[in-house]
Amino acid sequence: MNCEELLKALNDHVDGAELTELCEEFSQHLAGCNPCQIVVDNIRQTISLYRAGEPYEMPAAFQERLQQSLKSRWEEKFGSISTGSSTVGFRETGLDRPSEN
Amino acid sequence: MESHHVEEPTQFDLLRGAKAGNFSAFQQLLNILQPRVYGLAWRILQQQQDAEDATQQTFLAMIEHIADFREESSIATWAMKIASNNALKILRKRRGLNVISLSQIQSEDQYSDVPTPDFIAPWAKPADELAQEAEVQAELDTALSQLDDKYRLVFILRDVEGLSVRETAEALELTESTVKVRLLRARLALRERLTRKFGNALQVVKTTHNHS
Repeated sequence: MNCEELLKALNDHVDGAELTELCEEFSQHLAGCNPCQIVVDNIRQTISLYRAGEPYEMPAAFQERLQQSLKSRWEEKFGSISTGSSTVGFRETGLDRPSEN
Repeated sequence: MESHHVEEPTQFDLLRGAKAGNFSAFQQLLNILQPRVYGLAWRILQQQQDAEDATQQTFLAMIEHIADFREESSIATWAMKIASNNALKILRKRRGLNVISLSQIQSEDQYSDVPTPDFIAPWAKPADELAQEAEVQAELDTALSQLDDKYRLVFILRDVEGLSVRETAEALELTESTVKVRLLRARLALRERLTRKFGNALQVVKTTHNHS
């Protein structure tokens, strides 16, 4: 494997910030090629940096509008929304991060 | 002995509820999904009003089709696919009729002539440290906005949102091999730009052999 072939194989071996399923050829070239080691590390850092970026905040005014518009559409489709304990407003439930599944 | 602990509903429970017409369950799902949907729309469109439109259209479409959602993927992946589709529609409208279809295969969708790394240096600081710096986010947005749409979309879905190559291909109506080539070009372009910014200039590596 040369440097060009290593680059082409990158997609199969860099998943997010992780190196996965290193085949022998890939590992061997990487072990002996400092520029390729740095390029692979740069790419992993690049992906990590984008993943670590601040979440974009939805403006409060838009949240209100969104809520109203979704509620109207829901009522059109499923009928009126009952009031009471089942209607927990999403503003009260906080902004949880998505759980990965 | 019975515990009085009330367990939080899982996404699966919420989906069941939403499919049965429970708006509160849908709201809670939306609450979980909205940072990712809005973030995806923002990264693709780079503009608040358009990101809001794409987000709203995404959740409206989810209401429309939730009863038919066959759960072949997670609800988050389903939401990401709808959101990228809506963002693409806005992007196409914005670019006008001159835009080449993103799914059209082009000469750049081959591995030949992939640009070779030029500025090669280890980064001066690790990514998690850089992520804390205020000006870094602006630099990331600028780098992303300067990428061609077809590369930006693939990078966002695959590398930032963590969709699989197959899911990214489905969302963008591309083949998996086109996704892979575009992903490589996106990764290399962003690496080049960010390494010029964050690389340690004292440790620049000159390639001694043809690195292409």
